[in-house]
Amino acid sequence: MALKIVKGSIDRMFDKNLQDLVRGIRNHKEDEAKYISTCIDEIKQELKQDNIAVKANAVCKLTYLQMLGYDVSWAAFNIVEVMSSSKFTYKRIGYLAASQCFHENTDVIMLTTNQIRKDLSSPNQYDTGVALTGLSCFVTPDLARDLANDIMTLMSHTKPYIRKKAVLIMYKVFLKYPESLRPAFPRLKEKLEDPDPGVQSAAVNVICELARRNPKNYLSLAPLFFKLMTSSTNNWVLIKIIKLFGALTPLEPRLGKKLIEPLTNLIHSTSAMSLLYECVNTVIAVLISLSSGMPNHSASIQLCVQKLRILIEDSDQNLKYLGLLAMSKILKTHPKSVQSHKDLILQCLDDKDESIRLRALDLLYGMVSKKNLMEIVKKLMIHVDKAEGTTYRDELLTKIIDICSQSNYQYITNFEWYISILVELTRLEGTRHGHLIASQMLDVAIRVKAIRVFAVAQMATLLDNAHLLTGNMQRNGICEVLYAAAWICGEFSEHLENPVQTLEAMLRPKVATLPGHIQAVYVQNAAKLFATILKNQEGNTDSTAAQETSQMMIDRLPLFVQSANLEVQERASCILQLVKYIQKLQQKDVEVAEEVSALFAGELNPVAPKAQKKVPVPEGLDLDAWINEPPSESESEDEQPKAIFTKEEPKHSRPRHTEVDEKELARRREARKQEQANNPFYIKASPSSQKVYQEAPGVEHIPVVQIDLSVPLKVPATTPSHPTGLPMSDQYVKLEEERRQKERAEKKKKEKKKRKEKRSGRGKKHDSGPESEEDITPAHVVDIVTEEMPENALPSDDDDKDPNDPHKALDIDLDNLLETTARRPLADSEKLPVRSHRAAGAPKSSAEDGEAENATPQEPKKKSSKEKRDKKKDKERDRKRSKEEKKKKKHKHEEKEEDLLGGQAEEPVVQSEETKEVEAQPTSTSAEVSDLDFWLSNAPVPSNTQEAATVAEAAPAPEAPAGTAADSEPEEPKDTETEESKSSKHKKKKQKKEKEEKEKKKKKKHHHHHHHSDGGGEESVQNGTVEEEEPLPPMSNYCLLAENSYIKMVCDIQGNLQDGSQVVVSVIFENKSDSFLKSMEFNVLDSLNSKLQRPEGSGPHDGLTVPFQLPPGVSNEARFVFTVQSIVMPQKLKGTLTFIVKNEDSSTHEKLDFKLHFTCTSYLITTPCYSDAFAKLLESGDLKSSSVRLEGVNMPFHHLLARICFHHHFSVVERIDSCASMYSRSIQGHHVCLLVKTSGQTVSIDAKCDEPTLLGNVLDEIKQTFSQC
Amino acid sequence: MIKAILIFNNHGKPRLIRFYQYFHQAAQDTSYCKAEDMQQQIIRETFHLVSKRDDNVCNFLEGGSLIGGSDYKLIYRHYATLYFVFCVDSSESELGILDLIQVFVETLDKCFENVCELDLIFHMDKVHYILQEVVMGGMVLETNMNEIVAQVEVQNRMEKSEGGLSAAPARAVSAVKNMNLPEIPRNINIGDINIKVPSLSPF
Repeated sequence: MALKIVKGSIDRMFDKNLQDLVRGIRNHKEDEAKYISTCIDEIKQELKQDNIAVKANAVCKLTYLQMLGYDVSWAAFNIVEVMSSSKFTYKRIGYLAASQCFHENTDVIMLTTNQIRKDLSSPNQYDTGVALTGLSCFVTPDLARDLANDIMTLMSHTKPYIRKKAVLIMYKVFLKYPESLRPAFPRLKEKLEDPDPGVQSAAVNVICELARRNPKNYLSLAPLFFKLMTSSTNNWVLIKIIKLFGALTPLEPRLGKKLIEPLTNLIHSTSAMSLLYECVNTVIAVLISLSSGMPNHSASIQLCVQKLRILIEDSDQNLKYLGLLAMSKILKTHPKSVQSHKDLILQCLDDKDESIRLRALDLLYGMVSKKNLMEIVKKLMIHVDKAEGTTYRDELLTKIIDICSQSNYQYITNFEWYISILVELTRLEGTRHGHLIASQMLDVAIRVKAIRVFAVAQMATLLDNAHLLTGNMQRNGICEVLYAAAWICGEFSEHLENPVQTLEAMLRPKVATLPGHIQAVYVQNAAKLFATILKNQEGNTDSTAAQETSQMMIDRLPLFVQSANLEVQERASCILQLVKYIQKLQQKDVEVAEEVSALFAGELNPVAPKAQKKVPVPEGLDLDAWINEPPSESESEDEQPKAIFTKEEPKHSRPRHTEVDEKELARRREARKQEQANNPFYIKASPSSQKVYQEAPGVEHIPVVQIDLSVPLKVPATTPSHPTGLPMSDQYVKLEEERRQKERAEKKKKEKKKRKEKRSGRGKKHDSGPESEEDITPAHVVDIVTEEMPENALPSDDDDKDPNDPHKALDIDLDNLLETTARRPLADSEKLPVRSHRAAGAPKSSAEDGEAENATPQEPKKKSSKEKRDKKKDKERDRKRSKEEKKKKKHKHEEKEEDLLGGQAEEPVVQSEETKEVEAQPTSTSAEVSDLDFWLSNAPVPSNTQEAATVAEAAPAPEAPAGTAADSEPEEPKDTETEESKSSKHKKKKQKKEKEEKEKKKKKKHHHHHHHSDGGGEESVQNGTVEEEEPLPPMSNYCLLAENSYIKMVCDIQGNLQDGSQVVVSVIFENKSDSFLKSMEFNVLDSLNSKLQRPEGSGPHDGLTVPFQLPPGVSNEARFVFTVQSIVMPQKLKGTLTFIVKNEDSSTHEKLDFKLHFTCTSYLITTPCYSDAFAKLLESGDLKSSSVRLEGVNMPFHHLLARICFHHHFSVVERIDSCASMYSRSIQGHHVCLLVKTSGQTVSIDAKCDEPTLLGNVLDEIKQTFSQC
Repeated sequence: MIKAILIFNNHGKPRLIRFYQYFHQAAQDTSYCKAEDMQQQIIRETFHLVSKRDDNVCNFLEGGSLIGGSDYKLIYRHYATLYFVFCVDSSESELGILDLIQVFVETLDKCFENVCELDLIFHMDKVHYILQEVVMGGMVLETNMNEIVAQVEVQNRMEKSEGGLSAAPARAVSAVKNMNLPEIPRNINIGDINIKVPSLSPF
């Protein structure tokens, strides 16, 4: 019986499929976790089975568990197994699981490369489809690099189903492997006009994603997209294109002009709301880009606003939301047209939908003016009271503060009102924004001097009623307000009406429950208060009162001395001792008030938050330099602060200024203050009197004074309980209205008076008439102190672009690629790597990736140096000529250059016009720009457009097949010429030019070299042609390995940057025969020191299968990784390549022996080194030196350096005349330093290295190199 | 780009999750968080945001804090017991995505014939396969429902012709029979299974 159950359950166990699992979980609601853990155990069992069906079933279940949050990464390998099943059913399960739980750090992903490649080329389109779908989710940089070529091929698949998937996935490939963008782009562009709408849509999709991040590179596609937009009926495609245009128009206003009409048509004609909305959005973007110069642009604005109003009024909440969203975009540039819809937006504040309310709030921010600020804020305050959710209420609170404080309190006319608003806000329960309110209070009190009296009174009340706030203070942040209150009362204590009472309030025992930092402020400011009180009391010659105050301090302070907070404790003890001392003095009847208040003398000025950052670095101070030697480890983490100063250009500038009119305003205020100072009738604000009544009849220039009269400050008596029933701020609103009215009346009167008496008044600043912005004068003499900035601070808004943004890498110039073949053909190095055997740890770091990006724009310069040398003479000639030409008019010169350049210039007339423009910015894109210009400058007649589009297409994008070397050759001189003549414009002196030349050379070297190390592609495709035989092009590191009648092998050996014991050998196999070569096997006899890395499980003598076959005449590259132990000596390894030669009728087995020569050079890695580090290295004394002399070297010095750099992986540290220092590093970290000097034909190389044997060998090899030529 | 697609029910139980971006806790955070945990957190947060909204409010939500950034939006639809939430960035048209959700749900309806939550519960894999024909790698692949349904059906037919996964158990049982029986009990906790098995009630 028991056995039966066991057996049954076993059967069941294997029976359990996904449905059973789900059912089981649903039946075990109470102990789900336990049930699932048993299920996982079962799954583990199933995964151990050999049966792929069982495995697939298990993996399927794991996918479900992954969704529930269980980590299934332990089964990654099993997933790969299921992926590689030949059956579609299982494959699909495998890929699904992989796409759910694989990510870049999953290590088994490496194993999938070949499987995915196989699936991609599967005859079954659904296998391919599934692989593409899966890959789109877990593509890694390695996978992207290895598979880019295969996916490219799929973009031209016969089935649209595959094409569209391949097109879409290219975006992911670009993200991970940006180098693939240029080679793949022509084909991607082709797909924009694919017959299948799905593929077309996919291509649009991808290009839109790309263009969104780097729009300028895609500007030249505008004509094509324009054509698509006018012809397509697919709303999805239209939306994407219209969105794309929205991103492009800011870069090219003329494009916007062209777009307006078709977009307006679409707006009128379409019934799809989504399309309508996107059209409106793009029209807005267009209008923003052409802020002026459009005759009918107000009509377009009106159309947009009107359509948006329809959206906002719609009952569909979604449309309402989007309408508000778009409205806020218009608001930025055309606030007037939005402001007329204020009613509508205020209505939205009452909407039940929080998203909509938040949107409406955003809009309000831009809509306030001096006139309506109080009204809007009043409305918002009502909402604050009504709001239930704390998040929304907090949002309201921040918005109120934002609205009021924007552009330096521009819209606030009455700061008393604002302070009272802030005080009212403190009564919000449970808000998180206490600190925000507090900082506003501080800011206003410090910067608006006139308000201090009022602010201090309010803060004193707040302090007095602190218990009301602190009731639930522990969990909310509102008590932060007390921080501000205490500080304001302390700092401006001279304005306090009853300082003793406030002091008493600040020293209540209850204060001890406040957070530490607030207590600290309390204690400190109690001391300030104390000082003020002493001063007052001593003035009164009332010694007992003063002593009583001291006694109170002494009684209360011990409470704080016992505080757990160190800051509080420290301050309290200090002050306690101080007060005790004062008391002693008091008892001796010594006057102390003077000295005590001297402790807190002086005014604190507000400092702009960015001030510290903006202090310019003094000349000669290098903040990046180490003061002490850096610690050897942990240097990675503290490099961030660097960016602060480096980004800013060291130009002189004025301190930060706010808006111009604000400045103007401040100036006027200043002037007025000056007047007031000289005016005997004007009584300056003093601690006791805020109400200055002034009757002086002729002095009409200060509305302030009159208003002060009208604003009785006693109205807002006590904060928490308002006897009048109205909240205090509301009373202000009322008062303000009255005031404004009065003012208006007053002004009218004045006007009349003026007219009568014909007397020129000083207050004619205000014009009469309907109330305008200017009319509303502030209720106080408001002196908004601008925040202090350091002298010659640097004005800059920190644009914090994310350095990790993957899209930065995709900022690749594609224009030349598209439009002209001459300017910048696809360099060979840019071709996608073809299938090749990859080393497990491919020698490619992310740093190199970055370098590659930097390198791309300079692509044309890094032609193989053989060509360079060939052209050298030409260049020299060109340079002379261009120097002569320099004297001529630049315009002419450019034209000539154009002519030289472009046999392909389609529109010579347009172009010569264009050159003027181009002149200003000597980029090399004039030809392509002119295409676009042509398109843009023409009237938007459809036929014209078509034509232009076809012109754009007519210039065929270079696919650059293997062997373009020949093609690109004739173009080369033009290239260099352009470069030269352009540079000649900038350089005045020949010397300077030469210097730059040198630098350029240096750069070239680096790039050149770099491309060897990374793609290995440069020579890989064109390898066997002419490069190797000729002695002249020595700048290739590929050397002949072996050759017979069937096959030729050339190889390059590079150290692996990441692994000190690895060397990567890239071998290019070229099929020289007419037969098909297959089953190639590469084998090497390992030595003790060097071993070929073989896959796990294979024996030490097994060969490695070369992962491709060679049709006749084709070549391909494979990489092999070797492990080496000692690198100080060169090594030779014997090896064999076996392969099968297949003719149509027969096949023979052939072999080819070779000797692999590991030179010491191949262990060196080009490492840049700064001269100071280099000097330190030489000084350190750890290095052994050696030297060598080369006789009869007959080449220019920079060629010599180039050779050393290139062949021996050095980098130039410094070069002075005919002397240069160079540096390199071995994969095991040996430093190699060279000092190369030349005189005549003799070159002497002094070298230092910490490993003498290695150095000797490297020097021998250098000698060898130069003896060969 | 669509960053994630989440389907969960009115109680926040996930029915399908599909992340097109690898979300994990930033490395500098001391408590490194696994992708799975992060995903669950995102689901919880999203559910929290979405579930408290009435049905008659707008279908857009400014992104949650976890899924990150002001550039992101949650666009969702609520069907009976299920929420379909798409997390997208600003390159997607809001209304377009709403349409897409509709297309997706209608496709599900066609493929499952009157789809209900149970279909999604028991056939998560199939839902994934359908979704794969609509969205790929975070980008919209196909919006034409007929085309989607056609592709899904062809693939289902292929699966059927291969015998599907249902052939697995039979083969599994035979595999068990071929196994050395005495070895099995060692690997399995019999006690547990005895308790568990009877409580499995057939649906």
